[in-house]
Amino acid sequence: MTRVAAIAGLEHDDAALAACLLAVDPSGLGGASVRSANGPAVAAFLKRLQSLLPAGAPFRRVPPYIADGRLLGGLDLAATLQAGRPVLERGLLADADGGCAVLPMAERLPLAMVARLCSVIDGKEVVVERDGFACRNASRIAFIALDEGTSDDERPPGALLDRLAIHLNLGAAHDGDDRDVPFDVEQIASARAGLPQVTADVERVRAVCYAAAAIGIASVRAPMFAMRVACVHAALSRRNCVEDEDAIVATRLVLAPRATVLPPPADRSPEQSSDQDRDQKPDSRAADSPDLQSADDQSTAVSHGELEDIVLEATRAAIPAHVLAQLQSRGASCRSTTETGRAGAQSQSARRGRPVGTRRGELKAGARLNIVETLRSAAPWQGLRRQQSGNGRVHVRRDDFRITRFKHRSVSATIFVVDASGSAAFHRLAEAKGAVELLLADCYVRRDQVALIAFRGNSADLILPPTRSLARAKRSLSALPGGGGTPVAAALDAAGILAIGLRRKGLAPTIVLLTDGRANVARDGKAGREQAEVDALASARRLRAAGIAALVVDISPRPHQAAGRLADDMGARYLPLPNADAKILSRAVQTIAPLENNAAR
Amino acid sequence: MRPFYPFSAIVGQDEMKLALLVAATDPTIGGVLVFGDRGTGKSTAVRALAALLPQMKTVVGCRYHCDPGANGAMCAECHERAEQGRLKTQLVPVPVVDLPLGATEDRVVGALDLERALSQGVKAFEPGLLARANRGFLYIDECNLLEDHLVDLLLDVAASGENVVEREGLSVRHPARFVLIGTGNPEEGELRPQLLDRFGLSVEVKTPSDLEMRVEVVKRRDLFERDPTGFMQTWETADGELRRKMVHAKNRLSAVEIPDAARKRAAQLCMSLGTDGLRGELTLIRAARALAALDRKARVDDTHLRRVASLALRHRLRRDPLDETGSTIRVERATAELFGP
Repeated sequence: MTRVAAIAGLEHDDAALAACLLAVDPSGLGGASVRSANGPAVAAFLKRLQSLLPAGAPFRRVPPYIADGRLLGGLDLAATLQAGRPVLERGLLADADGGCAVLPMAERLPLAMVARLCSVIDGKEVVVERDGFACRNASRIAFIALDEGTSDDERPPGALLDRLAIHLNLGAAHDGDDRDVPFDVEQIASARAGLPQVTADVERVRAVCYAAAAIGIASVRAPMFAMRVACVHAALSRRNCVEDEDAIVATRLVLAPRATVLPPPADRSPEQSSDQDRDQKPDSRAADSPDLQSADDQSTAVSHGELEDIVLEATRAAIPAHVLAQLQSRGASCRSTTETGRAGAQSQSARRGRPVGTRRGELKAGARLNIVETLRSAAPWQGLRRQQSGNGRVHVRRDDFRITRFKHRSVSATIFVVDASGSAAFHRLAEAKGAVELLLADCYVRRDQVALIAFRGNSADLILPPTRSLARAKRSLSALPGGGGTPVAAALDAAGILAIGLRRKGLAPTIVLLTDGRANVARDGKAGREQAEVDALASARRLRAAGIAALVVDISPRPHQAAGRLADDMGARYLPLPNADAKILSRAVQTIAPLENNAAR
Repeated sequence: MRPFYPFSAIVGQDEMKLALLVAATDPTIGGVLVFGDRGTGKSTAVRALAALLPQMKTVVGCRYHCDPGANGAMCAECHERAEQGRLKTQLVPVPVVDLPLGATEDRVVGALDLERALSQGVKAFEPGLLARANRGFLYIDECNLLEDHLVDLLLDVAASGENVVEREGLSVRHPARFVLIGTGNPEEGELRPQLLDRFGLSVEVKTPSDLEMRVEVVKRRDLFERDPTGFMQTWETADGELRRKMVHAKNRLSAVEIPDAARKRAAQLCMSLGTDGLRGELTLIRAARALAALDRKARVDDTHLRRVASLALRHRLRRDPLDETGSTIRVERATAELFGP
């Protein structure tokens, strides 16, 4: 183990090393995700990477809300009109072929854009099927996703992270400018030439796969990338086959940041675990009793040799502190927050929905030109314009542009606010959960989003951020504990903030409050029925003022006036539900949910 | 042509491979939906299938790859050509068309030919992706993220087998029979039940949990990336064998006998599972027949039904959110009850 400690313990400047690796094989590694606040550390990393790439290699920045035409390529309208024949605009991704594309604010990338990027990473080419063009352009790029998220929930979408080999975490304070680059430009160029000759023996592949399985990495891309990184590192070190050192660097940069469970300690054999499916019972996985992914791993784990131990130990040592803390505090449950996409945050644009006619307009980003209407509006002027200009082309001016208008059904979002306090939990929490699940199924049919806030003790927590994934919603619901006080005011405030935020994104929020209405914790977190009720009613009135559609479901076995008054002050519909009949509940939600908002754009 | 990872070289994922082969053998089954974790070889398998398919006969010069043998299902231009008695034919690879998420509606259904409209002022139709996919496969990666209006459009065309374009002053109709292949990750949002039901078969893929298998995956991928051509040659024999099997199965498909007992079994299974509509039974029977043809058997029997039951039915069960049991397990249970252990 001493050798491992020596290697893993060395204060490598991983960022500099990663830059060298990426410069050797930009598209083979897919790229890197760099988590850090925007600052000198990131700038230094990017500058260094650019300096190591071959001379003249493109280095592009992709704005987060870039139009499809610019990203993938499409019709260059200005040039088309000037030339009188369609002119294809090469997209940014095709332009960046052979170099790097930087994705700032990757944690906020729209999912649709992520899907486009992923298909480019997978195919190493851009396929354009737009505006009457069909073509393919090579696009071998290393994507550098700058992840400026501050909390654990704010991460780039999993589909993208999975396709980027290296995951770095640069501290905010550290700036790497004064450190030496481990390899210079000539070494990198010769490594690039030597890379195809590097081979890895099966023992090391096995060791890497073993380490990946032991820290709960499901995707097979991770060990593939690790082997690729190992080969690149070997090439940099002028070796023709992968040595332990290369494998260890690879696990540190590729595998360790992806850990979802703590690996078993190396000095004793892995504990026996029951053969449960990770996906079905994530909660059963406590942080201090790590177990492997499945029973199959157990059988192979018995036969692992020394090399596996070394690599696993190195991986273990390299798991970044923040990942480790997350694993220890939450066990495997962090998987649900780190790997899921943000299906909830879908913004609308001027090109979604069904077309409903045209209007005169500017060709701003996202606007779709209606060619026929444009030509039609230009037609009457052709004689005049030809006389003026003296040539026989079709003359189209800016005034002629006609933009297609779209009608878009605004997606509704249902926010469930579930009372998980002692009084409610005792009677009805399980039934309320069942009802919510039925409603979820309903929302899922209508493609609506759901969010879940639970309140108990002295606070209200957002258990489920707005999502369309039923699987995810069910998982977070089943893990919901019960007991404690009833902080109605805090719950309504949290729901209100969420609802207003959703409305700002263009969704139509509805609040469904399931409670017995008996508030006993005030807004400041102190117990006391009197103040609690005053606060709750004040919060309720605030929701009414904000004009948010709401439903109060009284889940106490004997309906009580407290919940009714709450509903009155919220301007909400009141539904006493002594028998948890999910069908009635579902119907009630549908009646208050805002009807199809057809916002013509 | 870009080198493809050979189909036979895919490690494990037997169910996905079976589903793709069955759906390719009988296009009327209605395609495959592959749902599962990232990095499990979904896209690899679909692209590999493209290279595996035998070539098909088409009319020379037809933009929709019309089948010279099928009189009823030809485009207007081919009808004219046939009447004038000159149908030249050629062999082309079966099209596997990618529908990128960013595709615009005009590229999907076809639109006015911009070049000719702008330069000559001629109103001409330029076929879209649906035309290119006729008689082949339409592949949608991350189909759960596809915009709703595109989904509606695809469903309509897939159901009718014909693409009707009424836009920009054009009025065109052409055949568009294709097999839908969709992939997706359930963590990122689910599919509407209407779309779910349109897929003939569905597969849930999981990462191989066996260490040796994962090692093999990594090893083969590495070999492929180092020397794609050499790697493809290594597997050419195995792929060729599969291709022959599929050609044989396609030819024999209509000759495979479906005994009444098998139909009854299929109906019983669907009834015990309470699937909506008859599409489940139809698909189950068709899939079993395609499998029997692939196995070079003369008639469908229980083993075939059993092997495709999960594929054909698991996405058609009524969802009961309160029931934690997965659909696969429910189908397996019902199958075991009916057929015995």
